[in-house]
Amino acid sequence: MHQLDIWSMAFVFMLATFIGFDVIRNVSRLLHTPLMSLTNAISAIAVVGSIIIAGEQKTTFSAVLGTIAVAASVTNIVSGFLITDRMLRMFKKREP
Amino acid sequence: MSPELIEHLTQATYLLASGLFIFSLRWLSRPDTARRGVLAGVLGMTLAVVGTLLHPEVKHFEWIAIAVVVGTVIGWPLSRVALTAVPQRTALSHAFGGLAAGLVGTAKYSLWLGEGELTTFRMGAIAVEVILGFVTLTGSLMAAGKLQEIIPTRPIVYRGQNVINLALLAVAVVAGAWLIIDPTRWELFPVLIGMSLLFGVLLIIPIGGADMPTVISLLNSYAGLAAVAMGFVLENKVLIIAGALDGSSGFILSVIMCRAMNRSFTNVLFGAFGQVQTAAVQGEQKPVKSGNAQDAADLLENANQVVIVPGYGMAVAQAQHRVHELRDQLTKRGIGVKFAIHPVAGRMPGHMNVLLAEAEIPYDELVEMDDINPDFAQTDVVLVVGANDVVNPAARHDKTSPIYGMPILDVDKAKSVIAIKRSMSPGFAGIDNELYTADNTMMVFGDAKAVIGDIVKALSGGSGIH
Repeated sequence: MHQLDIWSMAFVFMLATFIGFDVIRNVSRLLHTPLMSLTNAISAIAVVGSIIIAGEQKTTFSAVLGTIAVAASVTNIVSGFLITDRMLRMFKKREP
Repeated sequence: MSPELIEHLTQATYLLASGLFIFSLRWLSRPDTARRGVLAGVLGMTLAVVGTLLHPEVKHFEWIAIAVVVGTVIGWPLSRVALTAVPQRTALSHAFGGLAAGLVGTAKYSLWLGEGELTTFRMGAIAVEVILGFVTLTGSLMAAGKLQEIIPTRPIVYRGQNVINLALLAVAVVAGAWLIIDPTRWELFPVLIGMSLLFGVLLIIPIGGADMPTVISLLNSYAGLAAVAMGFVLENKVLIIAGALDGSSGFILSVIMCRAMNRSFTNVLFGAFGQVQTAAVQGEQKPVKSGNAQDAADLLENANQVVIVPGYGMAVAQAQHRVHELRDQLTKRGIGVKFAIHPVAGRMPGHMNVLLAEAEIPYDELVEMDDINPDFAQTDVVLVVGANDVVNPAARHDKTSPIYGMPILDVDKAKSVIAIKRSMSPGFAGIDNELYTADNTMMVFGDAKAVIGDIVKALSGGSGIH
């Protein structure tokens, strides 16, 4: 791996963290529970790494670990997005 | 398609997914756009997964398909849990996130060890990923156990606890450092995993139930950082971005929770809340004024402004829907009703808002602590349902109180206070609440659901105004 790749990843991390702070700070306290379940679902993007390891099947050991990781991530994707939407549907404004 | 073209395509889906994730969180900031945020998240996730499946390295699909089915079968019921159980579900999902990171790190170590491609950087990133992943796994499982009350919610403490915990973490870090120097020492890898798993357990058992909102937020942050470390291992930028968003979100929420309880991170993690309370001085008991549902109804009926302060006790008693009926009865009479929400009301950040939204209480009537505190002086009646420490005036003036300095809802400044409680026994933290013996407070003893039901009955039957 090139040195440059390491640094560009570090830059991406720093910028994404700043964006994260900025965006999250603006989330109404009303929605902090759905926020946590949504960020949970989003960070289950770990599924892409797990898919590669489970799909390349280089060794049985790595394929088994990758497969369990895919299952764990999919659990978070499915339950995270569904429960966030379920909670958000409950938030209603006062009827005029 | 040529492999090169596919690689470009995959990266393009990752780029789009990253953008959609940022929009997703941006739209979540307001209730009226929030559901669009979920849609953006789902779209981003779908794109990234499709982009990955196109990747030429992914040759075998059977196991992936099985894993997707298994994940869906576990995930679906987890999305249908009662809203009181959302904190446990959240803790469990942090555990799954940690597990995925830990396993991917382990798999990559074994693969690169075999291929002789463990560079210093890769080994370092793997060590961080594995430590964070497995600490998050067991720590979150313990937190979920405490929230579900499978494990005692009281802090479990013993002599030399902090020294032992830090020693375990130190062993894990040293094993990690040794591996970075010499990655072929594979026998150290299980040590790294074992110590991380153990540290996760021991980190959480001394933390009491009252601190769970902070702990969940902190574990959320760890889970995000574990995903970031995975991104560094796999050189995958969408993972770094999504993980960083999750990590910063968890961090901000833990800071908010700590501030709301006037505690520091170190104090939450190493302080074992709940120890000092037993030492709290038992002052002479002042007489308590108590009344029944009819008395409460009379007070409420003659008020112009009513503020309801709900606590987790309300949710435990399943009284939310009765509270909604009470709110309807009062608004029908032209009485202004608002709900005062303390940041740590409930068991995770924002939990009380969700519980009240489920009871169909409009969200514009839910007011945050800082916004409602100035209003209490003009409030005729405050109704406290299942909240305790967050309305204890001792936090403002009693330096000997364990909750001294914690921001509270200033309900004692209202003209009168009605507190519904099962008995005079002290609350979760075991601290006497002087609000209950104040001159303007009336206690109504009983189950919150039954008492509020009776108040509603008295209001709808007695007055005849319809």
